Amino acid sequence: MKRDPGLYDFWPYRDRPPIRWPGDARVAFWVAPNIEYYELDPPPNPHRQPWPRPYPDVLGYSHRDYGNRVGHYRMMEAMDRCGVRGSVSLSVAMCQHHPELVRDGVERGWEFFSHGIYNTRYSYGMDEAQERAIIEDSIRTVREATGQTIAGWLAPALTHTERTMDLLAEYGILYTCDLFQDDQPQPVKVASGRLISMPYSLEINDVIAYGSCLATPRAYGEMIRRQFDTLYEEGASSGTVMCIPLHAYLVGHPHRIGPFEEALRYITSHPGVWVTTAREIAEHYYAHCYDEALADIARRQPGAA
Amino acid sequence: MSLPDDYLRYPRRRHGMDQDWYRWRPHFEQPAHPWPNGARLAVWICTSLEFFPLNPLGKPFKAPGSMVTAYPDLRHYTTRDYGNRVGAYRLLRLFGELGLRTSFAVNSAVAERYPQLIADLRGDGHEVVAHGVDMDRLHHGGLDATAEGLLVDECLAVLRQAGAGPVHGWLSPARCESPRTAALLAARGLEYFCDFVNDELPYEFDTGAGTLLAMPHSHELSDRQVLVEYRHSEAEYAEQVRDQFRRLLAESGPYGRRILSLPLTPYVVGLPYRFGMLRELLSDLRREPGVWFATGAELAQAWRAVPP
Repeated sequence: MKRDPGLYDFWPYRDRPPIRWPGDARVAFWVAPNIEYYELDPPPNPHRQPWPRPYPDVLGYSHRDYGNRVGHYRMMEAMDRCGVRGSVSLSVAMCQHHPELVRDGVERGWEFFSHGIYNTRYSYGMDEAQERAIIEDSIRTVREATGQTIAGWLAPALTHTERTMDLLAEYGILYTCDLFQDDQPQPVKVASGRLISMPYSLEINDVIAYGSCLATPRAYGEMIRRQFDTLYEEGASSGTVMCIPLHAYLVGHPHRIGPFEEALRYITSHPGVWVTTAREIAEHYYAHCYDEALADIARRQPGAA
Repeated sequence: MSLPDDYLRYPRRRHGMDQDWYRWRPHFEQPAHPWPNGARLAVWICTSLEFFPLNPLGKPFKAPGSMVTAYPDLRHYTTRDYGNRVGAYRLLRLFGELGLRTSFAVNSAVAERYPQLIADLRGDGHEVVAHGVDMDRLHHGGLDATAEGLLVDECLAVLRQAGAGPVHGWLSPARCESPRTAALLAARGLEYFCDFVNDELPYEFDTGAGTLLAMPHSHELSDRQVLVEYRHSEAEYAEQVRDQFRRLLAESGPYGRRILSLPLTPYVVGLPYRFGMLRELLSDLRREPGVWFATGAELAQAWRAVPP
């Protein structure tokens, strides 16, 4: 095991080559609905239990199912009303279980990227062939269901191996949402090809806000506004990225969706906000920022000429 | 440690669910029927009357609300018991003042120990929902079918003995089930159960030994979850209930009948400092037109009379 993941170099948040978003927007804003399938009885993984309670964990399982059955539609309509397309972190088996939900997104021009096959199949302990198999399955399944070639990756239940990033780059994945070291995209060091880290967030994530920070629905709305205010201010000199990761089984409740939608409208009603998808952010970054960032990072490393 | 090959096999990767209990049903695609008498929103108050033994076994885990300290945990035992002695009576008085018909999910140990409480709530016209034997007798896969069936039988027999009236519904202690709990309930003639939190409306649940109606009994909006687990203030709890109420009432226009499930816990919301908030909240909801305060059995009956 390594002491440092070795995926990026120190690159202080000062005097970086400025990022210019399309239309000179200050913030590239994207929303990541996690559309997940949690199995009632997945095969065991020795590194992680799927459910806190013994089989069948009726409470945990049915709570997640609520998201697909009920909450999703409230979340989707709130996004529609604010003109936000989702960049979906998808348990790709949803293409089989609930293709209706996937089609709803396709009709809206939403992006789909992979969040693994199921959110109850963990990458911990996978050998290389197995990890390749879930990437290939993801590419094939999403292509068949949506016509899209996945551009991004958020590991299933945030479970990784040491080779995950190298494999993503090898398969032509453009960005990973698994790294939380920054508020701007940046190159990830991989064995071959290219990969960037896309700012996602475990702080503005509804799971963390409601479940760990115990935020009320209105407090969560406030967190979102304040997160945006800072990134908007800083984005005047160099473009920032703000992501709101969502789970319909939480934000989609009748007592939560209203304050969330108000916060979403707060952001989208500002001028200078590029309301976009993760793929579009990544494509812009590769076209206009990637090479310059790489050179700047190299220039700043100890011992660089 | 590496994973076996079958870790990447997905035998239940198919349309619908990965189990055979119920069908996939998008919530907003059901016919927009009203409730009886043209009501749009049903409010289902369900108060839990629970007995937490002083000497829990904690199998397969300690139920939320169970004893915490070394034996004897008089602090938590009496705090929970307060709910059945004081809090429950505060709630009964409020329901009476407002003319609300509600349900009480009752551990049979409460009925056995405090039959007067059962007589009093039945006298006020409330429904008894079976809630297992006590909060330390969880239904789980470690029990064989005979042992678990005896738990259900004991609960139902004791409730009937205590004058609980016709028992149509079931809520498992700690919402914990074995793989066969639902089938055992259906085989004993129960009509609905409340353990699954995946919907806001009832749906048909195929237990393998008959059908149960799965009734929505909220987890995320329960007083215990919001006030104790999430540590929100009384004002914040009430605000969330009002927000949910307004939202569901608005949705009932285009989408038809809705249910606001309001689970109450007498040792939580029955405390003096919280009670004023509850009185104000329920009084306000009571004044709204188009709202039906109903028992679980009434909702189940109305639902099955006009299925989606």
